[in-house]
Amino acid sequence: MSLGLAFRVRIAPEFAAWREEARRLVREGIAPDEIELVDEEHDTALSLGFALSPAPNPARAIAQPAVPRPFLDLAEIVACHSDPGRWQLLYRVLWRLQSDRSLIRHELDDDVARMRRMDAQVRRDLHKMHAFLRFRMVTEHTGAEAGEQSREHYIAWYRPDHRILPLAVPFFAERFAVMRWTILTDHAAASWDPETRRVAWGPGVPRSQAPQEDELESMWRSYYGSIFNPARLNTRAMRSEMPVRYWTNLPELNILPQLLTTAESRVGTMIEQQNSLPTNTYVPETHTLPVLRAALPRCEGCDLYKPATQAVFGAGLAHAPIMLVGEQPGDAEDRAGTPFVGPAGKVLDQIIDELGSNRPAMYVTNAVKHFKFVERGKRRIHESPNLREIAACRPWLLAELDAVQPKVVVCLGASAAKSLLGAKFALMKDRGKVMESPYAQRVIATIHPSAVLRAEGDSKRVLYEFIKQDLALAEQVAIREAS
Amino acid sequence: MQVQQKLEILADAAKYDASCASSGAKRSGNGKGVGHSDGMGICHSYTPDGRCVSLLKILLTNYCTYDCVFCVNRVSSDVKRARFTPQEVADLTINFYKRNYIEGLFLSSGIVQSPDYTMEQLIEVARLLREEHSFGGYIHLKAIPGASEPLIERAGKLADRLSANMELPTQQDLVQLAPDKKVEVIEGTMGQIFERRTEAEEEKKRTRHAPKFAPAGQSTQLVVGATPSTDQQILATASHLYGSYGLRRIYYSGFSPFPSGDARLPLKPAPLVREHRLYQADWLMRYYGFAGHELTTAEKPDLDLTQDPKLTWALAHREFFPVDVNRASREVLLRVPGIGYRNVERILRIRAYHPLSLEDLRKLNVRLKTVSPFVTTTDHLAPAAAMDSDALPSAVVIPAQMQLFAAGVSAGTGQL
Repeated sequence: MSLGLAFRVRIAPEFAAWREEARRLVREGIAPDEIELVDEEHDTALSLGFALSPAPNPARAIAQPAVPRPFLDLAEIVACHSDPGRWQLLYRVLWRLQSDRSLIRHELDDDVARMRRMDAQVRRDLHKMHAFLRFRMVTEHTGAEAGEQSREHYIAWYRPDHRILPLAVPFFAERFAVMRWTILTDHAAASWDPETRRVAWGPGVPRSQAPQEDELESMWRSYYGSIFNPARLNTRAMRSEMPVRYWTNLPELNILPQLLTTAESRVGTMIEQQNSLPTNTYVPETHTLPVLRAALPRCEGCDLYKPATQAVFGAGLAHAPIMLVGEQPGDAEDRAGTPFVGPAGKVLDQIIDELGSNRPAMYVTNAVKHFKFVERGKRRIHESPNLREIAACRPWLLAELDAVQPKVVVCLGASAAKSLLGAKFALMKDRGKVMESPYAQRVIATIHPSAVLRAEGDSKRVLYEFIKQDLALAEQVAIREAS
Repeated sequence: MQVQQKLEILADAAKYDASCASSGAKRSGNGKGVGHSDGMGICHSYTPDGRCVSLLKILLTNYCTYDCVFCVNRVSSDVKRARFTPQEVADLTINFYKRNYIEGLFLSSGIVQSPDYTMEQLIEVARLLREEHSFGGYIHLKAIPGASEPLIERAGKLADRLSANMELPTQQDLVQLAPDKKVEVIEGTMGQIFERRTEAEEEKKRTRHAPKFAPAGQSTQLVVGATPSTDQQILATASHLYGSYGLRRIYYSGFSPFPSGDARLPLKPAPLVREHRLYQADWLMRYYGFAGHELTTAEKPDLDLTQDPKLTWALAHREFFPVDVNRASREVLLRVPGIGYRNVERILRIRAYHPLSLEDLRKLNVRLKTVSPFVTTTDHLAPAAAMDSDALPSAVVIPAQMQLFAAGVSAGTGQL
C-alpha cells in the first residue's frame, strides 16, 4: 500500500483459481498487506486502468513456496465458504507459513482460528445438505416411440449457505449410485448417470424449475406428524438444530402449524384419560382384613365406583387355606355388599356342599370390587370388566392375598385368571392345573359358576363337573400343603 | 386398512422409544442397491419435541400379548391396532430412503404369538431389505427378549444395531409393572448379543472378511419416572449393563403420559431435566472416567436437578481443585466443570507449544465464570477463599432457563 493505491486481484470462486494467483504472488514476493485478493462475484469496483498488482519484489520472492498438507486440506474447504474475505485470509496464512511452517497447528492464532471456524461452518453446511436435501421422483419417458421406456429420475433443489455442491456430490454418488439423480442449486447442478456412474455438471437454476411435489410426501408427512410426542414440545431445540431457513425445502414442515395447534389438545386428552389416581394410593399399607375393608369404600382407582351402589369386599375365614376369586359383584351382591349371594353363589354353594366342605371355611372375593353394568330399562345387565379395570383393582386383590395367605387360590372365570395369571391366560386350555403366578404360589383356574347358569343342555353338566373337579383338586392341594 | 393409516398408528406407537441414532456403523455403497453409512449418523429432520428423525421408527405391529403397565401397546390398552406385512415395511423404507428422508429403519414390535415368532417377522423385514433390495442403509432391530439364539444370530448378521429394552431399572419395578418381562430373560438376550459380537470381532482379527455382527453394537432403554426408583438405582443398573454386556448406549426416556394410561402410573411426565441429568451422568461414566457410584450418595440418591452432576461432584470434592490447566493429566482435566472432552483434547494439543491463559480458554468457548474458580492458568490462580465459600455454587451454576433449552440439544450430543 506504499503507493496508496488499492492493488487487487480478482479471484474466480474456485480453489484452483486462488491457488494459481497465490502461487504467482508468493513467487513475485508480494506481501499480503500490499495486495487485496477479492472474490470475483463480490467485486463491484471498476478497474480504472492502473496496475492490478504491485511490482514484483525479488528480495522477498520465494521460488518454491511451502504448502504444508494440513494447510492445503483446510484451505480447500475454506475456499467453499461464502465469506468474500476468504481469499485474502488464505493468502495471508500462506504467506506467514513461509516463515513459520508450524503455524497451522496454532489453534489460538487469530488467522488460524478463523480458518478453522470457517472450515467448521462449511462442514456443518455440508452435513446439513446431506441431511435436509429432498429428492422428488419424476417418471421420464425415453426412446423415440411414445410410451416405450419410462425411468425414475430423482431431482432435488437445494440452497446451501456455501458453495459446497462439489463437496456434497461424492456422498450422494456413493449412497444413490444405482439411481438417476440430479441436484440443482443456484450456482451449479450435478447429474448422476447410474449406467456410466459419472457426474455431469451444469449451470445453476432457480427453484421454480425443480419438480414441485412427490406422491410419497403425504406418506412422509403422516409419519412426521405421528412420531413426535406432543407432551414434550420443545420447538427451541428443534429450531436450533434445524434453523428456519431450511424449512422451505422440507416437505414435512408445512404441516408444522397444524401439529403445534393440535399438540395441546392431544396432550389434554392424554392427561384427561389418565387423571384418576392410582389405586395403590387408596390401598392402606397395613394388610389386615378389617383395615382393608374399612378403606375400600373410598377407592376411586377406576371409574366403576361411580354407578355402583357400593364396593364389595371379600368374606370368609381370615386365614383360610383356600381363597376363591370371582370376577366382580353382580346385581344382588351390589345391593347386599357381600360376594356370591346371587344365583351364581347358589351354584357355588351346591358344589361346595357336594364336596363335603363348607364355604365359611374359605375366603371368597372378586377380582374387581365394583359391579359393572349397562342399564336396560329397569334392569342392570352385567358387563365384564376390561383388562384395564381388572389391572386397576389388582392392588386390592393382592392386599387381600397378603392378609389371608391362602395355601391355594382358585380363580373362578377368565377375569380372575387374567388378574393373577396374565392377560393371555387361556381358560379352557389351562383350567384345572396348579400354576404359579407372580402374585401367588399356587393358583388353579376354573369356570365361573355363572357359566353353568348360562349353559344349556349337556354342557351345563359338563361345566358343573369341571368346577367340581377343580375345587376338589384345590382341596387336595390345600391339605397337602398344610401337612 | 391402508398403508398410510397403518403408518400413523404404528409410528405413533413407536414414539415412546427415545433411540433414533444411526451412528456407529460404516457401510460402503455396494453398487447394487441404494444405501451407505459413513458412521457419523445423520438427522434428516427434527420433530416439534426437539428430537432427531434419523430412521423410519415404527412397530411391525402394536398387537401385544404382554401387559406392561407403562407401555401404551399392552394387551389391556384400548389403542387402535394395526399390523404391517414385512413387504410393506421394506417398501416404505426403500421409498423413503431414495428421497433422502431417512438413514434407514428402526423396527420394533409388540409380542405376537411368541418371542421367536415375533423375532422371525422382524428378521424377514431385514432380510427383504438386505437380500432382495441390496439395501446398504442402517438397520436397527429390536432383539426380542427370550428369542432363541439362532434367531439372534441371524438378526445380528443383517442389522447394524440390536437392542433389547430393559425399560424398568429394577427387578421389583418389573414385577410390579411388567409382569411378563423378566430381568434374567432380557439380560440373557443381551448376553447372547454380547457373546456373538465378541466372537465376530475375534474372527475379524483372523480373517478380514469375517461376517460382521451388529457392527453398531447394542443399546437399551430405561423408562424414568414410572416408578419411585432413584437415580442411584438407575445408574447402578446402567453401570452393570455397560460393564456386563458392552452396551454402546443406554437411552433414558422420561415417562410421558399417553392416551388411556393406566391408573397406577404418575400423572405428570418425569421432568425433562431429570432425563437430561441422567444423560449427563451417563456421559460422565462413559467418556469422563467417572464411576456410577461417584455421582450420587446414600443421603442424596437422586441427581441434583439444578446443576449438572459434574459440578455436583466438584462442589463435594473441593480438595481436588484447583487444577493446573497447563500441567494436569487428561484424567484430571476431564473432571473440571465446564471443560468438555473435546476441549480437553484441544488443551492437551495446544499446551505442548503454548501455555494457556484464561483468555485462551475463552477462545476455546469455555464458560469462564464456571471454570475460573476451579483452575490455575498462566495468568490466573483460583482464589483459595472461593473454594471454601458457601457462595461458590451460586457463582458457577448455569441458570435453569438456559439448562432447559440445553436439555433437548445435549440429549443428542452429550457435551458437558
